[in-house]
Order: sequence, then C-alpha cells, then structure tokens
Amino acid sequence: MDMEKSQQVRQIIADTLFLSIDEVGEDASQDTLKNWDSLQQMNIVLALEQSFGVRFKPEEFTLMTSIEKILQHLQAKQA
Amino acid sequence: MRKNIDLAIAANDAALAMALMAELWSVHAGLATAPLVLSWFNKLQSMGEGLDAKTLRLTVLRSFSVEPAVPLLKAAAMLGGVQLDVTLGDFNTYAQDLLSPDGPAYEVGTDAVILAVQTRDIAPDIWLGQGPLDEARVAAVIAEFAGLIDAFRSRSDAALVVHNLEQPAWPADGVLDGQSTGSQRDTIFRINAGIVQAATQHTGVYVLDYDGLVSRHGRACWSDEARWLTMRLPVAMENLHHLADEWLKHLVPISGKIAKALIVDLDNTLWGGVLGEDGPDGIELDGEYPGAAFQAVQRVLLDLSRRGIILGVCSKNDEGDALTVLRDHPGMLVRPDDFAVFKINWQDKATNIKAIAQELNIGTDAIAFLDDNAAERLWVRQSLPEVHVIEVSDDPLGYADALRAAPVFERLSVSSEDRQRKQHYADQRARQDLQGTVASLEDFYQSLDMHLDVFVVGASDIQRVAQLTQKTNQFNLTTRRYSEADIAKFVEDPAYMVYAARATDRFGDSGIIAVAMIAIADNHARLDTFLMSCRVIGRTVETAMLAVLARKLEDAGIKTLVGEFIPTPKNAPASEFLANHGFGEDQTLNLPAPSLQVPGWIKT
Repeated sequence: MDMEKSQQVRQIIADTLFLSIDEVGEDASQDTLKNWDSLQQMNIVLALEQSFGVRFKPEEFTLMTSIEKILQHLQAKQA
Repeated sequence: MRKNIDLAIAANDAALAMALMAELWSVHAGLATAPLVLSWFNKLQSMGEGLDAKTLRLTVLRSFSVEPAVPLLKAAAMLGGVQLDVTLGDFNTYAQDLLSPDGPAYEVGTDAVILAVQTRDIAPDIWLGQGPLDEARVAAVIAEFAGLIDAFRSRSDAALVVHNLEQPAWPADGVLDGQSTGSQRDTIFRINAGIVQAATQHTGVYVLDYDGLVSRHGRACWSDEARWLTMRLPVAMENLHHLADEWLKHLVPISGKIAKALIVDLDNTLWGGVLGEDGPDGIELDGEYPGAAFQAVQRVLLDLSRRGIILGVCSKNDEGDALTVLRDHPGMLVRPDDFAVFKINWQDKATNIKAIAQELNIGTDAIAFLDDNAAERLWVRQSLPEVHVIEVSDDPLGYADALRAAPVFERLSVSSEDRQRKQHYADQRARQDLQGTVASLEDFYQSLDMHLDVFVVGASDIQRVAQLTQKTNQFNLTTRRYSEADIAKFVEDPAYMVYAARATDRFGDSGIIAVAMIAIADNHARLDTFLMSCRVIGRTVETAMLAVLARKLEDAGIKTLVGEFIPTPKNAPASEFLANHGFGEDQTLNLPAPSLQVPGWIKT
C-alpha cells in the first residue's frame, strides 16, 4: 500500500476529529476512535473527496469505516 | 503552505500565521482545510497569542443536513475574529424546536438563531408545482413563517435569521411558468415578500436571501441530488462554504465585530500602475481592461460609503500629485469628498492607520484595510493585529469581489444617520478647520451655534438607539450593549426612562448622538446607560444632556441620581464625567442640583 497516501488519509481523519496524527494509527477505525461517529463519518468522507478529487457513491459512505477500507476504496477509484 | 503555517506558529509569529491562513482559506476554503484552520487557532490561543476573538452562541434550526457546513462556518468566523459556539437542532425538527419552550433555540446565552428551512420541506406542493398555487396557499405559507417568528420572539431576545424560499431550478411547467402570474415562480416570489413583511414586524429578525444566494452561485450547480436523496444534504459540497459565508455575513453584524471604516491604498489598488512612475496619464483607470478592474473597486467603495462605512486613503505617494488624480482624473469614480481622511505620505502604514483611527475617533479594531501589496498587509497585521486586513491575490479583477465578500462591511439595518455619515465627516472636517481659526475654546463653542434636542425615545428611534449602545465605545459610562428588542422592552417598561438627543450646529444635523437610560425606583434614579457618539465628543454636549435630564428628574420629584462608570480599554474619555458633574464619592448626585446647568453656548 502507498505509504504517502496512507499518511494523507490519517492526516485528514486526524484533522477532522481534532486529533494528532500519532493518535490515528494505520489500523484506526470507527471502533478504535471514539469520536469517529456517523456525523464525523460524513465529514471525513466529504473531506476525502475534496482532498483527493474523487466522488464516492452513497453505498460506499457507510463502508469506509477504517483506514484500511478507505484506502481500498480510494485505490479502486484512482486505479 | 501548511508547513509554513506550522513554522509560523512554532516561531510565535501569529500575524504571519494569520496572513497565511487567510490566504490558504481564500484559495482552499473547504472541508479538508476547515479543521486545520480551527486546530491552528487552538494552538495560537493556547500559546496566549492575543487573538481578541468575540464569542457568539449560535443555534441552527433546520429542515436538512447542515453538519458539514459547521466546520466551514467556524473556520471562516475565526479568521474574522469571531469564535462561534454552534448548537444544531435535530434534523427537520425546526417547528418543534421553536414552539417548545425548552427547545435548543431557547438555551440561556444564545445570541443568534438561524432558521434554515427549504421550500421542498415546508411547502413540497409548491416545490413540485402541484396543487392550487393560489392566494390562500401563499397566505398559508406566510402565516406558517409568521407563526414561527412570533413564537420565537415571544420567548427570546436573540437575533433570528430566517432563510427565505428557494426557486426550483426547473419549474414544473417549463417556460410556461414565466408566462403568467400565479405560476410557481410568482408564488414563491410572493411568499418571500411575505416573509420579509413578517420579519419586519419584530426587531432583531432578519431575512437571509437564500434564493439570492443560490442564484448567485448558479441554480443548476447549487444542489447535489444524490447527496440530498441519500444524506439529506441538498447543497453540493463545493457550495457549502458559500452557505457558511452567507451565514457569517449575517452573524458578523450581530456580533458587532464590524468595520466602521475602510482605508485603501492608491497605486495598483484604486488605479493600475504607480503614479510616481507612470504619471497621471500613464495610470490605468477607465472602462476597458485592465482599468475597469479598478473602477469596479471604486464602485464598491461608493456602495460601502452609502452603507455608512467611512472611507480613507493611506498611500505612499506624493500628496499633491495623488490628490490631483483623485480630483481630476476622468476615470475616477470616487472623489476627494467621498473620503473622510487622507494619509498620503512616506510613513509606515501602521502608524498612519493609528493616526487615522484617532482622527476618526474610532478604534483600530473598527478599521478594514485594502492594499495590493502583501508586504504592507503583513506589516499592518503584525503591528495592528486587530485591523481587518482584506486578503487579495495579485489579480486586480478579484479586488472588488474580495470587498463584497468581506462580512465586516455587512449591516442588517441602516439608519438615515448611516446614510448621511459621509456628510457628517465632511462637516467635521470643516469644524476642525474652524477650530484652528478661533481664539478660545468658549468662542469656538459659541461659534458652533449648537442645538441639543433631548427627547423620549419612541418606536422610530429604537433602531438608532440600539445601534448606538452597540457601537459606542469611547464616551460610554457603562458600555452595556442592547439589541433593538432590549430597547423596545425598556421603552415599554414604566420603571425606565429612555432618552436620546439630537444635535445640530452651523455645519449640519448630526442626528441622534446621545442616549441615556434611567431606571427609577421610588424617588431614586440610576443611570443604567449614558453614552455619546464620538462625533460630538469635546463640545460639552454631555454636560448639556445631563443638565436637561436632571431638570426632568427634579420635576418628577426624584431625590438622587446614582451614576456608574465601568472602565473598559476604550472609555477613558468618560472616566471623569461623573466626578466633574457633582457626583460624590458614592457616585450619587443629590437633586435638585442647581450647579448643574446647560452651558450657555448650547440651546436646548
């Protein structure tokens, strides 16, 4: 997996949740970060769209609940 | 850019960090940057950097998802010196929220409430163009809005901002819709007129022209149907910051964090080129590109002047040459008379701006500054962080829009005093010139031929009186800020006497320039508020006002008047007022007070 992209995603999640990037590990998910709730989910995905210039389908919104899954969806968009 | 901001913050350079953040935001306002800006501000604040932000508590009641707009709003507000504390009503519960007394709109300390309701939610039939679009339907929708507004005003004094209704991008009847009255477009148009009428029944209720906002940014591109259907988020992501900015344009005047004066540079700001190098015939200023960009800036200046914003010039130039261009160049739209103050010299601009503030009798935090030169902007930010510096790119075609977009120039009401302000300052310049020619101060006062009319505040004066309590910083004993709704309440309350005064002199009518609010209990009176506009400071008007009030209180059988002075960083001009007018150590003036008289040179 592209390290730079992973770093960027972690930064976006950290910024949106007001955390430092160190608190958002490679394995972070909705389950490990308590303020990553459904409202923040919307903000995170919209911020990802803006940062990477992509657009996700409504179905994808609810699936992108961890760094790993986000990277998979991003990869699929940009492949 | 991000790295540079981090570096600036690490180096404790708040001014540079602010300038870079403003620049970043002007290019990349959006969800990816908003949280960053907010966290940078947190850092600056935790370092104790003097960001004199004003806190405003806002509740948004809505019929649709606005969540992603909130961080955008907070970031834009922070960049304008307003710290927002935002509460959201639940999704589509705006009516319950307004009608139930313990709803989120009524939390103690709320300063402002936004009611954001869409056409398709409050009137789906009209949105879809179904059903009878008749007079009765129009009246019913207006009544629904009026009911919500009345319910709010009966329970809260906070400001209320109501979205009006948006037109559909595609009318149900196609082009046929444009051919008759009673059409979809016409129906919504009439409802919007009714909403304005309902709002003007109350003080402190304002209409946000949501339909205008949508059309300004392009109706066909405004919304995102997929996001509406799946997330109830109707506004396309790239437009969310326009919604946040429009909210801010209403919240900034509510917060009072406004600019009273705009100070502009000349070279490459009011005209293209450098006067000292290109000469009066070489500068670019006409109806063609690139001169037209500068005429557009000048047109905005004229608009702002009509709104009551004072204009001034601060330019490094030869004064005589620059004034000649201002007066004689055929391409100039603003003329010397449109400006209240000129600092055309080679001094640094921060020093000049400080002098301008003093001359205009306003704080430097009430000044906005437009300059094409990034170094000058940064210098002003560093020296005077409280000045509203307008960030612009190096393309002059963007300057006019940058001014129009700045929320510090927005006003929610404009009194006739505001409209005439330019004239007041011109009069004042003439007065100051006169001050130089007369011998003694007393002679000067005599020569002014001053009249002061003290009167009981009535309904038509409430707007101006509230505005004075909100804006007057210097000659203000207690600096208590009151909304129009507050003033209306005091006026009704028999335990209060609310007076204002109007001043005229040989140079013109200064309008309403002083306010006094007196609380009465038994035979004792308390001076809740006593303030005077800086326009008339230093002319003994305050003594005349107090003497007139003392006579009125004596006639009413009042035995004592208790004053109060609450010091602020700005109201030093009023600090000696009570002591100088017979109030004792205990701040009490015993009545009758025969030594307190209207000065001989003021007629009342």
